[in-house]
Amino acid sequence: MRSSLLMLRRATFIVAVLALTTVASAARAMDVQDLTSPGGIHAWLVEDHSMPLIAVAIGFHGASSLDPKGKEGLAEMVSGLLDEGAGDLDSRTFQQRLNDLAIDFGFDAGIDDFTGSMRTLSDRRDQAFDLLRLSLTAPRFDTEPVERVRGQLLARLADESSDPSSIADRVWWHTTFAEHPYGRQTSGTQTGLKAITPEDLRGFVSRRFARDNLIVGVVGDITAADLKPLLDRTFGGLPASATPADVGEAAPASPGAIIVVDQHVPQSLVLFGQNGVKRHDADFYAVFLMNHILGGGGFSSRLTQEVREKRGLAYSIDTDVVALDHVGLVQGMVGTKNASVAEAMSLIKQEWKRMRDSGPTEQELADAKLYITGSYALRFSNTTSIARSLVGVQLDDFPPDYFNKRNGYINAVTLDDVKRVAKQLLDPDKLTFVIVGQPEGVTATQPTPEGLF
Amino acid sequence: MTLKSAIAGLLLTGLLAVAGWRGAEAVVFNPSTITLANGLQVVVIENHRAPVVTHMIWYKVGAADEVPGKTGIAHFHEHLMFKGTKTVPPGGFSEMVARLGGNENAFTTQDYTAFYQSVAVEHLDEMMRLEADRMQNLVLTDDVVLPERQVILEERRQRVDNDPGSQLSEMMRAALFLNHPYRMPTIGWQQEMEGLTTADAIAWHQKWYAPNNAIVVISGDVTMDQVRPLAEKYYGAIPAQPVPPRVRPDEPAQFAPRRVTMQDPRVELASWTRQYEAPSYHRGAKEHAYALEVLSEILGGGTSSRLYRSLLVDQKVATGAGSNYDGDNVDLSVFSLYASAQPGGGAAAVDAIEKAVDAEIAKLLNDGVTDDEVVRAKAILRAEAVKARDSLAGPARIVGTALATGNSVADVEAWPDRIGAVTVADVNAAAKAVFNINYSVTGILLPPSGG
Repeated sequence: MRSSLLMLRRATFIVAVLALTTVASAARAMDVQDLTSPGGIHAWLVEDHSMPLIAVAIGFHGASSLDPKGKEGLAEMVSGLLDEGAGDLDSRTFQQRLNDLAIDFGFDAGIDDFTGSMRTLSDRRDQAFDLLRLSLTAPRFDTEPVERVRGQLLARLADESSDPSSIADRVWWHTTFAEHPYGRQTSGTQTGLKAITPEDLRGFVSRRFARDNLIVGVVGDITAADLKPLLDRTFGGLPASATPADVGEAAPASPGAIIVVDQHVPQSLVLFGQNGVKRHDADFYAVFLMNHILGGGGFSSRLTQEVREKRGLAYSIDTDVVALDHVGLVQGMVGTKNASVAEAMSLIKQEWKRMRDSGPTEQELADAKLYITGSYALRFSNTTSIARSLVGVQLDDFPPDYFNKRNGYINAVTLDDVKRVAKQLLDPDKLTFVIVGQPEGVTATQPTPEGLF
Repeated sequence: MTLKSAIAGLLLTGLLAVAGWRGAEAVVFNPSTITLANGLQVVVIENHRAPVVTHMIWYKVGAADEVPGKTGIAHFHEHLMFKGTKTVPPGGFSEMVARLGGNENAFTTQDYTAFYQSVAVEHLDEMMRLEADRMQNLVLTDDVVLPERQVILEERRQRVDNDPGSQLSEMMRAALFLNHPYRMPTIGWQQEMEGLTTADAIAWHQKWYAPNNAIVVISGDVTMDQVRPLAEKYYGAIPAQPVPPRVRPDEPAQFAPRRVTMQDPRVELASWTRQYEAPSYHRGAKEHAYALEVLSEILGGGTSSRLYRSLLVDQKVATGAGSNYDGDNVDLSVFSLYASAQPGGGAAAVDAIEKAVDAEIAKLLNDGVTDDEVVRAKAILRAEAVKARDSLAGPARIVGTALATGNSVADVEAWPDRIGAVTVADVNAAAKAVFNINYSVTGILLPPSGG
């Protein structure tokens, strides 16, 4: 189903989590063909002729973290406009063609990476690839669609400005990363969105969309021989090189802060987190397993057991490992009635401390490994999700045999490894809490930042 | 590893399947189905791309089957199905599924309650054993029921009471349906949820959770020949029992449109929604159901739809617009239209939206749809049927929904052909039948005055 811009993901927090899911899921013993076209375009292909469908995912390094100050939301706005007119096709014609050909088509500006995907019935393959070519090499940015999409983004921002999880997200990242670009949000600001010009949009495209910065994953009903010339036709027109960009390393600030945003809601939304590890850290898998046991693993996690199952304090409590290019985090979220916020926070700190002091049990670690390795095949249940994983693994700079090796990395983690990383990393006093609601028995340690939207 | 080598084989298996593909027409999922002696229906949808399966059980009971004063019990009971049996401790079901590398969950609607697990195919046997066990041997005590009642209250706060848009939807539904239990929220009214008891849940289970009121749908790397003996062994051993008829009163004739306006300090973006009572595949003027699906695509199905073009591109009065219709209900369905205003817009902005939508409806009723629009909409819908196969759990969910609401496997398979048969005249007749303002509610969500 095509979703309107308003329905796109609401918050950077969610994006970060999704990015992680791609990382974590990119493990599967499958036949990845590592191709280079005659024109030098590189792609990973998984052939699957069981259905007449082809999914293509693409990625470029560099997205919203490169938004210039005062133009916050630039990458996001580009992502909403690439299918709104390109080449000789104006917005209406382009959209009508996607519609008539029943092509799923969409782009997404993340924090570190700009991604896109396209899925088509294979009988209209060449037309679909051609629309992808146009969108990347010749987006028009005509006035009508630019103003319409700007309006949609501003509307979403307005909506987010009263949504507890979006508010918590914005305040948490702002508090934690301050002046680093990670302190800003993919969805931008009112001021930023209003200031963006078509020249800015074209500037982003010309700086980022280049052959040396392009990552491609293709899945489905197409052979390597057929794909190679299509790669050249589709991507050969991109410029050779992207503009180098580096936003620099980020370090969480304000550890241990408690910030309350007053919002008249019956249930407070609590976002909490601390520093973690990056994707290529030698301890990544140990941290990943530790997080699963602490709060990542559905009904069996310690936090779910303590907060939901034993006490009925929440419908959901989850933690995630967030691995960005320039920082790693362990971050979690819980919603609980205002009267139980203090109790929930105390349980979170207690479990944080228990994991730090004693680590998991042998049984917990064994169970976590069984789930994480056993469930990985389930993540590859459709062509688009596989194509996105092909791109995600390349964006994270792993080789094609990652898919075969990933479960080995998980299984190689020992109980001592997890105990060691828990001891080194977890610190209940470093958890930064942002609470949106009217929590009882909670004292803020920092003032609420204003004007973030 | 077994799993690893099995997965490596998926592409080969896929190659074999290609010969069986017959194009976008006629066959969607090609399911096979049997009914056990105790009345339990079993459906298998083969999908051999990967050595995994989704196992679902659908019970033909939902929130619309609750008795007055007990709203929320269908959904509460769904949560309690994870609280253990005579042989499985509370939470043990989920722990076992996780240890087998499976994902699982459950959901409740007005018409049905479903439970599912996705696992490597070699664990299907265990899933069926566990699922059959909790149909028959569920054990509920206050120790597990009472904390879970707090959980569903938190779920209500999270889903409904923290979000003014959801609160308005609840008010609209109660205003749209005058006599049918669809007027009550699936999650329940808070004060009634607070009073639900262990005895209520046990009574609910005894009343509805019987093999003759259930459908098992399995999609993935299995055949009916492999499933049948397992189904006989686990589900076949459970005796049938009388299941009461569903009490679903008719809607009365309606003489005035309803209007619900909610103004709330938490609202930053004003929006407008209209819902019409509409036929489903099974109730009301059901001959219009397929045409209404085509109509919804034309009117509000995407960025090329009439509402999007008119409200966003031409008149620039909205930042989002669309429509929604789904015939898969036991009783009446709802045809809805919605649009969101520009930021900062209030009552006047919503008024402009309403005028624009009403003008589109008037134009539709006067001039009808064009042949070109119908051809395009049908092509999109039929392509969706092909794409629906590109999923493990999706086909089981589509088939399960259909069967649990009264359609047959043959109906699911005939869907593309029935969509293909819809004519311009059908769409125009369906529009005239459904767009009767007296059978509608209009919901308006506004920021505070002056805000």
